[in-house]
Amino acid sequence: MPNIVVLVKRVPDTNARIVVNGNRVDLSAVKWVISPYDEFAIETALQHKEAEGGTVTALTLGPAEADKILKDAKAIGVDEIVRVWDDSWSDLDSNGIQSALSQAISNLGAEVVYCGKTAADTGAGSTGPGIAEKLGWASVSNITNASFGGGITVTTPVEGGSANVSVSGNAVISCDKGNMKVRKPNVKGIMMAKRAQVSVVSADAPTPSVTIVSQTPPPAKPAGKKFEGGSSAQEVARLLRDEANVI
Amino acid sequence: MSESVIIAETNKGSIASVTAEMVSAAIALGTTPTVVVPCTDASIADSAGFEGVSKTIAVKGDCFTNYDASSWAAAIDAAAPAGIIIAAASPQSKDLAARIAARRGISVVQDVVAIDGMNLTSPIYSGKAMQTVAISGNVAISVRANIFQPAGATAANVSVVDQSGDVATAVQEIIARASTRLDVSEANIIISGGRGMGSPDNFSHLEKIADTIGAAVGASRAAVDTWDEIPHSMQVGQTGKTVNPNLYIAVGISGAIQHLAGMRSSKYIVAVNKDADAPIFAHADYGIVATWEEALPVLESAFSSMMA
Repeated sequence: MPNIVVLVKRVPDTNARIVVNGNRVDLSAVKWVISPYDEFAIETALQHKEAEGGTVTALTLGPAEADKILKDAKAIGVDEIVRVWDDSWSDLDSNGIQSALSQAISNLGAEVVYCGKTAADTGAGSTGPGIAEKLGWASVSNITNASFGGGITVTTPVEGGSANVSVSGNAVISCDKGNMKVRKPNVKGIMMAKRAQVSVVSADAPTPSVTIVSQTPPPAKPAGKKFEGGSSAQEVARLLRDEANVI
Repeated sequence: MSESVIIAETNKGSIASVTAEMVSAAIALGTTPTVVVPCTDASIADSAGFEGVSKTIAVKGDCFTNYDASSWAAAIDAAAPAGIIIAAASPQSKDLAARIAARRGISVVQDVVAIDGMNLTSPIYSGKAMQTVAISGNVAISVRANIFQPAGATAANVSVVDQSGDVATAVQEIIARASTRLDVSEANIIISGGRGMGSPDNFSHLEKIADTIGAAVGASRAAVDTWDEIPHSMQVGQTGKTVNPNLYIAVGISGAIQHLAGMRSSKYIVAVNKDADAPIFAHADYGIVATWEEALPVLESAFSSMMA
């Protein structure tokens, strides 16, 4: 029966306004949530368990503040919750994050890992494929559907459409929304999550080769041209051709 | 001068235009680029010659028939020299860049939109802020399209490397999109509708314009959440797709923060909205204060006569 890990990340709510103070984003006032695509990863992991048995462990990397989202995952239905952290870490780069997470995944004895296609903070989408490479596993990213039974078959976008792809052996699978409806925590789950213990594990991370210099507000856009009335669409079409050269 | 490796972006079996832009990114980093073309037919590498590039390597292998992250990373890693890896910031190439970086034990910086020496800038929080990082040593980066000036084309000096890779996934079936229209993540022009379109049936007016100018049709989250007929695959925004086409036309979209996050880096933005105070207008290069019923027929006929 599969030993399933789902990666979750604590990020600011996507409706949050991001404020910059002194060359760094100021997240002191934002509401923190599980990164939205990770919810689809949790749902897919739970569907996998329902089809084939096994256990689902939610894993995150972060300080103690991240325990809240692990408990949120527990309330939705995962079995175990694990956080990897070392107090000496600050601003790990992608190599450090992937190294630490892949050690934790190995130590958990996982056979399949689900994660969101990107996290709502960086939008990078590097963690899933990077971990797969470090573990020597297959990876499929941005899936919109998964089915189980004698292996995993996923639907993933390809040029001009999508493909159904079967995955055999260990794999990291990153999840898009697709047509998936995610389950919400029920009362029993919430009660269990309150009592749940987070296992904290440590790992080694290499020295970063990428360091943050500054975080700034997006560049302000110069004021555009504004027209009244539908007939002005004629003029806008002309400007798109003659001024912007995009038509 | 240090080295870099550009992973050519291919599209329908030919070299995509963003590849020439990656050459400028390589030069901005002060590196000498080698272009690597993953392919099943090495002849496509003949059009991967650019000013400033002295070497093009066609990495030819059966594993490149369909995208399989692990075999692509293994085959490209084996054929490419050491150096800074540069890929396009398409969903597939970001994935590939991350795998190659991990394979080489280096870090990856995605969605680069500006390069200043060894400082790279990318959007974070889907463009609600920008982050500049300093890199030391070799890293992998992906660069957004439509940002860097394309390098001029020249004859390619191609060497062919036959490379196999163990394919870890098996494609069972390819399902072509029902429509021939582009996906928002592939398009250079996008026309998107919001809840202001009134009903999903009215998206046919956007489709008509899209077909005239070769655009993809997108939607706001409000539209996707309200109407089952509008699939999530069309959703542009922080919880949908992040896009940066040459032209983004927003129709009946007020400009919620999470929608703006997904499209604000588009080169030109046109907004059509009946509410003159809609936040979308603050981000539009060209704003039309009108209902879509008034504006779209005019826009459609103007585009039609331009395309004729």
